[in-house]
Amino acid sequence: MKYARLVWVNLTRNKRRTILTTLSVAAALFLFVSLRSVVTALEDAGDVGSETRMITRNAISIVFVLPEAYYNRLVAVPGVKSVTWAAWFGGVYRDPRDWFASLAIKADSYLPMYPEFIMPDEQREAFMAERTAAIVGSGLMERFGWRLGQTVNLRSTIFAPDQEWPFTIRAVYEPSEPAVGDEWFFFHWEYLYENTGGRMTPGWYVLQIEDPALAASVARAVDEQFENSRARTRTETERAFQTSFLTMWGNVGVLVNVIGMAVFFAILLVAANAMIMAARERAAEVAVLKTLGFGDRLLFVLVLVEAAAITVGGGLLGVFGAKLFFDGTEFQGAGFLPGFEVKWATIAIGMGIAVALGLVAGLVPAWQATRLPVAGTLRRVA
Amino acid sequence: MALLEIRSLSKVYQRDSQAIPVFENIDLDIDTGEFLVLMGPSGSGKTTLLNLIAGLDEPTTGAIIVGGEEVTAMSRRQLAAWRSDHVGFIFQLYNLLPVLTAYQNVELPLLLTHLSKKERREHVMTALDVVGLSDRADHFPRQLSGGQEQRVAIGRAIVSDPTLILADEPTGDLDAKSADEILTLMQRLNREFDKTILLVTHDQRAAERGEAIMHLDKGVLTR
Ligand SMILES: Nc1ncnc2c1ncn2[C@@H]1O[C@H](COP(=O)(O)OP(=O)(O)OP(=O)(O)O)[C@@H](O)[C@H]1O
Ligand SMILES: [Mg+2]
Repeated sequence: MKYARLVWVNLTRNKRRTILTTLSVAAALFLFVSLRSVVTALEDAGDVGSETRMITRNAISIVFVLPEAYYNRLVAVPGVKSVTWAAWFGGVYRDPRDWFASLAIKADSYLPMYPEFIMPDEQREAFMAERTAAIVGSGLMERFGWRLGQTVNLRSTIFAPDQEWPFTIRAVYEPSEPAVGDEWFFFHWEYLYENTGGRMTPGWYVLQIEDPALAASVARAVDEQFENSRARTRTETERAFQTSFLTMWGNVGVLVNVIGMAVFFAILLVAANAMIMAARERAAEVAVLKTLGFGDRLLFVLVLVEAAAITVGGGLLGVFGAKLFFDGTEFQGAGFLPGFEVKWATIAIGMGIAVALGLVAGLVPAWQATRLPVAGTLRRVA
Repeated sequence: MALLEIRSLSKVYQRDSQAIPVFENIDLDIDTGEFLVLMGPSGSGKTTLLNLIAGLDEPTTGAIIVGGEEVTAMSRRQLAAWRSDHVGFIFQLYNLLPVLTAYQNVELPLLLTHLSKKERREHVMTALDVVGLSDRADHFPRQLSGGQEQRVAIGRAIVSDPTLILADEPTGDLDAKSADEILTLMQRLNREFDKTILLVTHDQRAAERGEAIMHLDKGVLTR
């Protein structure tokens, strides 16, 4: 502790450099924590999918539909308890940039299969009784300032883009856990079907199976059955489906890691450069300290601690800055990242990186300090 | 027995393929409590000799023994610890740390000891009192005159009560009056506190303060 002053005066002697270095570390760690939290939110979303629900979709892509006639054949597959279906609606309220997920569902079979959308019984009954009724997540209600019983007009980016679709909000759900998401919009399949002239077919089927252990055999049985059909199918557990859906636009996790590494090395160079410059300016002082009897180990540690102080300071700023920022703004990726939060594990990783950054950045100047020849250095300045 | 024994000491610098001999086979004994002055033309190797005695540089051949310990045989780690216990170094350009106050500069060597904060304080204030700067403890080097800076540096050199004080032209950068004060101070250290001092200087008047004068010229040391 008695050496703390020595570290402190060295940190504060070039305040601008220390502050700029600290801020660049803070910015980098803010970015890292943000990206990392996107990944954890996606991973959590993947975990929400049930193990006893399976999704049967078009083998080519989620954006291609499936024939209605598949329903009867799916119900007959051994191990399948019940079957329902849904389709993307692509709903937009006023501003198309304000994205949210909207689905047409076969409500009488869909809702019993999805107990994680929690709503009062009387609201559920009111929804079931009305053809143009909708179920809306509490978060989405808040986002648009909607009220229960209100009629809202949506446009579809997929079906008849010029047409307005009136919906009456009859039920508001709460998610059983954050990662389920509270910004979904559900309405009756029949409403979509009739308004598209009966041409509409299911986007995907959901199969409730009796036992998670049957997942593999059910998937094989289903997909083999439609092997030679016009629309081949791909069946997987909902969990696997969620994951493949969320990584639809490329492997986000890998991307984030690559960006994280790039940021890490860029900042490493910044911090190391600052430390090496600082150490070079102080060569004569290090030589004097050696004359006084300061040993190599002590000087090595003092330089490392100085470097770590900068990166840990920047780390605290960036990591907890991100935490406060995302908590404060209740950021949910505009509905795309339900349950988004900066987890404590992410904070720990971020601070770990900050410490590692300091130690690595301080290594070269610390080593230089111990190797510094006293006689030659003092001769040069004198 | 002498406090400092130098035996057939040689230093040859190697620049590229060229050998630059500074001195060869020097022998010297300094007794405890002596105040020795070393003079010689520029480039004769005075600083080199002080650096070797302080273990800051390695001789080409020969041995230096201080208080029975062979300095020239020590590892880097042993040397650092040995310096902290036995050597007080005073430079021509003071070499204080500009970001530390006079007090903190003098305290530096004590950080390496096991002294408590309170004990360190007592030692530092005593040293500052000896050099007559108790009232400047909180001043930074830039707030002091050259003579005062050198006195702080002397305070730093004596605070850990070293066996040997090595001074390399301590008055070389000072006006006559300040130089006089510094030399009087060094004389006091020698007489009152029985410090062994080796002083390098170009100044004949400074040299007269010592008990004996040695000359180093063309690699030969005469006493
Ligand atoms: N690292 C080095 N490499 C090569 N030669 C050196 C080196 N250091 C010192 N010398 C040479 O050794 C000789 C002695 O230098 P030193 O500094 O000891 O002299 P000095 O007596 O202290 O001189 P001054 O009175 O000018 O301070 C000089 O000729 C110098 O050029
Ligand atoms: Mg010299």
